[in-house]
Amino acid sequence: MTAIRLRLNGAAVAEDVPPRLSLADFLRERRNLTGTHLGCEHGVCGACTVLVDGELARSCLTLAVACDEREVETIEGFAGDPVMAALRRNFHQHHALQCGFCTPAMLITARDLILRRRAGSEREIRDGLAGNICRCTGYTNIVTAIAEAAKEIGKGAPNGQ
Amino acid sequence: MKAPAVDYVRPRSLTEAVEFLAQAGSEARVIAGGQSLLAMMNLRVASPGLLIDIARLPELTAMADDDDAVTLGACVTHAAIEDGRVADPSRGLMPRVAASLGYRAIRTRGTIGGSLALSDPAAEWPAVLAALEGEVIVRGPGGRRALKCTEFTTGIFETQLSVAEIIEGVRVPKLAADARWGYLKLCRKTGEFASALAVAVADPGSGHSRVVSGAANGAPLVLEDTSRLVAEDHRDPEALRSAIAADLDRASDRHFDEFQRNLHTVVVLRAVRQVLA
Repeated sequence: MTAIRLRLNGAAVAEDVPPRLSLADFLRERRNLTGTHLGCEHGVCGACTVLVDGELARSCLTLAVACDEREVETIEGFAGDPVMAALRRNFHQHHALQCGFCTPAMLITARDLILRRRAGSEREIRDGLAGNICRCTGYTNIVTAIAEAAKEIGKGAPNGQ
Repeated sequence: MKAPAVDYVRPRSLTEAVEFLAQAGSEARVIAGGQSLLAMMNLRVASPGLLIDIARLPELTAMADDDDAVTLGACVTHAAIEDGRVADPSRGLMPRVAASLGYRAIRTRGTIGGSLALSDPAAEWPAVLAALEGEVIVRGPGGRRALKCTEFTTGIFETQLSVAEIIEGVRVPKLAADARWGYLKLCRKTGEFASALAVAVADPGSGHSRVVSGAANGAPLVLEDTSRLVAEDHRDPEALRSAIAADLDRASDRHFDEFQRNLHTVVVLRAVRQVLA
């Protein structure tokens, strides 16, 4: 067991974890944050994507021990986030999900694309989503929802950001 | 699946990391971004007894920008290169390559040193750094040594790295202002490993020109005849095709089938055309 301390969705967390425990299993089984989903467990499907120190990360390919002194954000942590609010609204309006398994990671990835200004065209959005697999929608509505959210944010934010 | 049980240490310096590695020997694996190693552990293809986490060592995330070269620490991430957060010696080639590598969530954690240390035959950096005449700087119990990237990778997942050595960084000479490059990675889905990739660099000032094939069933394949034609600014497509054919013929140990041969030929031609355009 190794002792770790991290910030999880803004709150300080301290636990003892076995080194082999993935961040995904830590979140789901130790913290009951089941919005982070596990599909392939080898970095291909993207369903487990979270933020570590503000950057996208596969929580299945990240050890919980390696998150000591890091900041982790999961889909449960974006309640007050304006970009996430715009994405949620547009995913709803454009029917950008069916079963919902890929949705939390799609939202986190889409938010990152918008904040890094990589959601300016359909091509850019599709490239940026290549690491997130959806087996229901055929992606069309997801791409539309992200494009619309990006437009809204572009209008709403200061300095045209 | 889940990774097997393993011990874990996070050394505070590269010297300490080398000591851990020297003690544990082949039982231990050095982990940086872990984007290949953890996948292999989850699939139970790898089951090391000890993980030595070097991702946060300040000396491995540092960067030096000298007159004639840029040295990147082994733990510089693909995303840092993609975003231009570190100096670029390659006039845009390395950021372009970084952006083509896996997915953003992989690039934020995966490192240039990790890519070299694993030397997956389909990986981008071994081929690209060979084309740029880079050097791998390696630290072991006996001190530091530098190895040419063209020689560092010796085969499929095989390198010159010995059991107790850790990659410290990679030194990449700067391309001149009038140097040109071409890069093409062929994969069926954005972010996948390449089915074929090619890098072409032409630096007329220094006379250095090199064309390298990646995903070539082994170490990056330096295409000597093709490189010479690029250096001479030779544009005849038939001459280029026969040079590529001669280079691929010489690489009989790669056992390319007809499909792969055609794939590599087309990808190399396109990368070369970017240089000669």
